[in-house]
Amino acid sequence: MGTADVEAVWRIESARIVAALTRFTGDFGLAEDAAQEAVAEALVSWPLSSPADPAGWLMATARRRAIDAIRRRTALRDRYALLAADPVVDEDIDPDRIDDDILALMFVSCHPVLSPEARVALTLRVVGGLSTEQIARAFLIPVPTVQARITRAKKTIAAAGVPFELPPAGERRERLGGVLSVVYVIFTEGATATSGDRLLRPDLAYEAIRLARTLAALQPDEPEVHGLLALCELTTARFPARTGPDGSPILLEDQDRRRWDFSAVRRGLAALAKASARGLGPYGLQAAIAAAHASAPSVEATDWDRIVELYEALGRVAPSPVVELNRAVAVAMASGPAQALAIVDELIASDRLPGSHLVPTVRGELLARLGRRPEARAELELAARLCANQRERSVLLRKAATLG
Amino acid sequence: MPKYMLIMRGTDESNAAMMANIDEMMATTRQFIEDMFKAGVHVAAEGLDDAGQGVVVDFSGEVPVVTDGPYGETKELFGGFFLLDVASKEEAVEWAKRVPSAPGSKIEIRRVPGEDEVPQDNGKFVKEGALREGNGQI
Repeated sequence: MGTADVEAVWRIESARIVAALTRFTGDFGLAEDAAQEAVAEALVSWPLSSPADPAGWLMATARRRAIDAIRRRTALRDRYALLAADPVVDEDIDPDRIDDDILALMFVSCHPVLSPEARVALTLRVVGGLSTEQIARAFLIPVPTVQARITRAKKTIAAAGVPFELPPAGERRERLGGVLSVVYVIFTEGATATSGDRLLRPDLAYEAIRLARTLAALQPDEPEVHGLLALCELTTARFPARTGPDGSPILLEDQDRRRWDFSAVRRGLAALAKASARGLGPYGLQAAIAAAHASAPSVEATDWDRIVELYEALGRVAPSPVVELNRAVAVAMASGPAQALAIVDELIASDRLPGSHLVPTVRGELLARLGRRPEARAELELAARLCANQRERSVLLRKAATLG
Repeated sequence: MPKYMLIMRGTDESNAAMMANIDEMMATTRQFIEDMFKAGVHVAAEGLDDAGQGVVVDFSGEVPVVTDGPYGETKELFGGFFLLDVASKEEAVEWAKRVPSAPGSKIEIRRVPGEDEVPQDNGKFVKEGALREGNGQI
């Protein structure tokens, strides 16, 4: 077995092993360290001799490393005694408890005591089973940065005494929202990279979808979990049409809709149906907007009135300047650029999106449609200066140049 | 993003062994599918009915010829598939090793290219797209 085989087993087993070990030791940081030691050992020994049961080997080895670590910690002697008395120390995972333990692991990894960057790194590593190197590559950051984030995160969790359990009923919904937002952050970075020379990072978007599917399987009664999954599926459905052969972005209106991934659209619509059970939340509403696009044969034939309504609803449940801006775009399509410009100018007057390239991008587009070309050009050039994604920037500059 | 299909290839013997333990097989298969759902990798799965009930349309001649029963050699029969959304071929292989299977059966693993791998000027694709448009699927 080679490195890729070890990584494959780890991808499947990491969450179960770290969850079971955390339950077993009561110490998330220790469990994670022990699990990582087991993977490191597998990378050395499996190429020489493959175990008959790789998953069992990883679990048993990680468990041994955890016990070694506990033995070394003399200060924790009482916990070791507790461990020795714990009836759940056989190497089999308790199937009735593992689902809750994996959920608990997600709640710990996305705990509000952690910085947003740490939540992302920890979730991808312990739940997603990615290596530090894979996370660093995905986010275009140095490996030591990811390592430092994970080390610091484990210390923060220990220092804050974060318990390994499902949040109490009263906090459950809010904490689940925290988990969903981590998955969403990973997804959006994959769907529109904030830096670098590529617009899309499908591999990162894929990790988010995988996490969202896991959540949907473990929390089937939570509509927003399905809403987020629907949003991810419907957005990735457009990926094949979103970039040209040279990697440059293609705007929605110019996309060849025949290139959309219709299997992903179907999966997204199925998830959206589950999300609609009790009225749509913020993710469900965004998914419904994506669904309106996905089921339209062209920009002209899109139900823009419906999209305006959905943005209005989204603005009520999750008010944000970005939602306002998107509503303006939809209004421009439904009722014309003049009304949309008024919304954008209001946003600028209240300075609610300072420094964002999105405001001048939309304003420039609206001015161009109103025939106010010199102003439009100035806005698009401003947008290009503010935009960090090289691919998007060149599109903005090209558009500005056409306005003479 | 590509996906991977696990194609079940049973033999008469392995199919008979499976049928002899059908209740246990169904239970373990259900558990296996649940595990794939919880891992976020399950996209689709179907099992096929007896190959003897199948029909073959053969395009060797000028007009398609229809015959009953399985096609060609029946030593290994295509009995069903799992479609997985995994990160690598190795991961597909690891899942394949966990499929509840009777001795003698085989699983073939094939890569399913993603939509983004379809060339942008593919005539067949354009035709399919036009068809979908005609059906109101877009």
